[in-house]
Amino acid sequence: MANLTLVQAINLALIQEMEKDDRVILLGEDVGANGGVFRVTEGLQKRFGANRVVDTPLAESGIIGTSIGLAMAGLRPVPEIQFEGFLGPAYDQLCSHAARMRTRTRGAFTVPMTVRVPVGGGIHAPELHSDSPEAFYAHQPGLKVVMPSGPYDAKGLLISALRDPDPVIFFEPKRIYRAIREEVPEDEYTIPIGKARVVCEGTDLTVVSWGASVIQCMQAIEACGRSVELIDLRTIYPMDMETVEQSVSKTGRCVIVHEAPRTCGVGSEVATQIMEKCFLHLEAPVQRVTGFDTIMPYYKLELEYLPDAARIQRGIEDCLAY
Amino acid sequence: MPITNALTTTIERVSILDEHGNFDEKLGKGLIPDADLLKLYETMVTCRMMDEVAFKLQRSGRMGTYPQNMGQEANSLGAAYALNNDDWLVTCYRENCGLMWRGVPIDSILLHWMGDERGNAMPRPHHATPIAVPIGTQMLHATGLAWAAKYRGQKQIACTFFGDGATSEGDFHEACNFAANLDIPVIFFCQNNFWAISVPGRIQCSAPTVAQRGIAYGMPCLQLDGNDLFAVVYGVRKAIEHARTTGKPFFIEGVTYRLGDHTTADDARRYRDQAEVDAWKARDPITRLRNYMTKKGIWSDAKDAALREAAEASCMATIERCEQVEHPVRSDVFNYTFADLPADLATQRDTGHTHSLGQDPSQLPSASNAR
Repeated sequence: MANLTLVQAINLALIQEMEKDDRVILLGEDVGANGGVFRVTEGLQKRFGANRVVDTPLAESGIIGTSIGLAMAGLRPVPEIQFEGFLGPAYDQLCSHAARMRTRTRGAFTVPMTVRVPVGGGIHAPELHSDSPEAFYAHQPGLKVVMPSGPYDAKGLLISALRDPDPVIFFEPKRIYRAIREEVPEDEYTIPIGKARVVCEGTDLTVVSWGASVIQCMQAIEACGRSVELIDLRTIYPMDMETVEQSVSKTGRCVIVHEAPRTCGVGSEVATQIMEKCFLHLEAPVQRVTGFDTIMPYYKLELEYLPDAARIQRGIEDCLAY
Repeated sequence: MPITNALTTTIERVSILDEHGNFDEKLGKGLIPDADLLKLYETMVTCRMMDEVAFKLQRSGRMGTYPQNMGQEANSLGAAYALNNDDWLVTCYRENCGLMWRGVPIDSILLHWMGDERGNAMPRPHHATPIAVPIGTQMLHATGLAWAAKYRGQKQIACTFFGDGATSEGDFHEACNFAANLDIPVIFFCQNNFWAISVPGRIQCSAPTVAQRGIAYGMPCLQLDGNDLFAVVYGVRKAIEHARTTGKPFFIEGVTYRLGDHTTADDARRYRDQAEVDAWKARDPITRLRNYMTKKGIWSDAKDAALREAAEASCMATIERCEQVEHPVRSDVFNYTFADLPADLATQRDTGHTHSLGQDPSQLPSASNAR
């Protein structure tokens, strides 16, 4: 057991899977000699060779497109897109090809790849380095979307992703890359994709969140002094609505928190399913505390944009007061 | 049938003032009048000074991530000097020097990297587009800008800058293909600085030159010493003449070097040899020009010291202005999203909330009791 950051936990998961399975190869911009711009793949090229940890040309569509080919040939590519803001050029390959391959070939070809992508704001980064585009990919049938909120979950979820038979987008919240440490077992373990985690139990209200926002939610819950249950979805798609349903049926109230803009955000889907499944249990309208429906501002204003503990607390209190 | 040659081509390389001080009189004579040369040199020194000051600011926590331009100044500067002021300058983020020559306030550039969108409010008369952060996307915009000029029957052209890494992106090839096949006068200027963060140039382009990428699109191509201001001015003038007379694109590879880290978030010592950096320091475009001017008798150590002092003072004044600029307000996040703000967005702006009960507290029982 070691006390690890998110970066270290992901690094460890990659090492363990690469040692076990030589089909796993890493590719992307700066992942090799430099160990990734966030040092997530530090030391891996040295350990596994430039044949398995590959610095590619600067082309996101190329990185994902070739990963699709690698995966169709039976390898387990782990492409990295350096920042979520650079997913744009890869969108076509992800949505027009990776997501559809199994369906359109009736299972003859599949794309078992894990796309690692640093995500989200809060680190004073330049523009297009702070967005939260998980809803775009959750909306695309055929893609799984995962976003851990801490080192322990990150390791277990990543190992599951690497072993998954289908394409997984593994979003890594950069705000908590090094902000928190957790005990992470050396031994391998998996956390199933599609299973949420009850972070803390409560009876008055349910907060649903994922990624770095989970930390802000914990602060808000502590500050409001009521019995609030916090659910970390961990996987955006497939979504564990069973856990959410159980919780909201018990509490009757729910606040959903995410960094991404509100309109057509993942919170819209969570809220709709709560309405469908817990209608008679609801004591208050489901609330969404999210990023605003604007372009993510440059860093001088990013904290005005991101839902902070105070705004989340207000959402919780309003929902409780209803 | 015998196999014949479908195409034979060569790539010309232009060097006028080399790092040893050799000057090609035939190509270089009269290329840049002395009076202009002094001003160009002054711009380079100020640009370099700003780089150094910005670097220190970032290190002391007063500024966000900043990409230094160090070593690459001659490329954008030579181009901006050769172009007309109403030709489009479509840059990425290592063209501060050219933007400064064009008259773009340095404040704009600094504010951008200080996390402030107001830095991007480029005054339109400069015909310069805002800093482009995602790699390799802006060349298509340059093609569109020049296309618009062609559509309107104007003689304007566009000159767009990008690095060797950007030539790996699909958008780069699409821009070249559009400009070449639709006859659009764009100068594609690749600043080949040999490094895309940690990835060496051979991973982006394993052909002997980057310039020859233009051949695939039927463009005339030129490789030039990008640390030689004279060579840049010579090459860009040639490209301008071609673009204006034929209405077609031209490809330039400026061979230069990123003397600094990719950005302040990077540490190049992790992946490249100091010996390589030192070799390129000896080819510094500023030192080269200074030695040339001194040898020519139009420059002196005393003048240089005075210039550096003045440049530092002007940079410090810029920093002060930028740091004292009023903090942006939250409504700024909303107000530029659309020409007409949708009602829902106005509600988010005015209440500061996305949750319905925060936006409309009258729904709360305490509010209805009060009613």
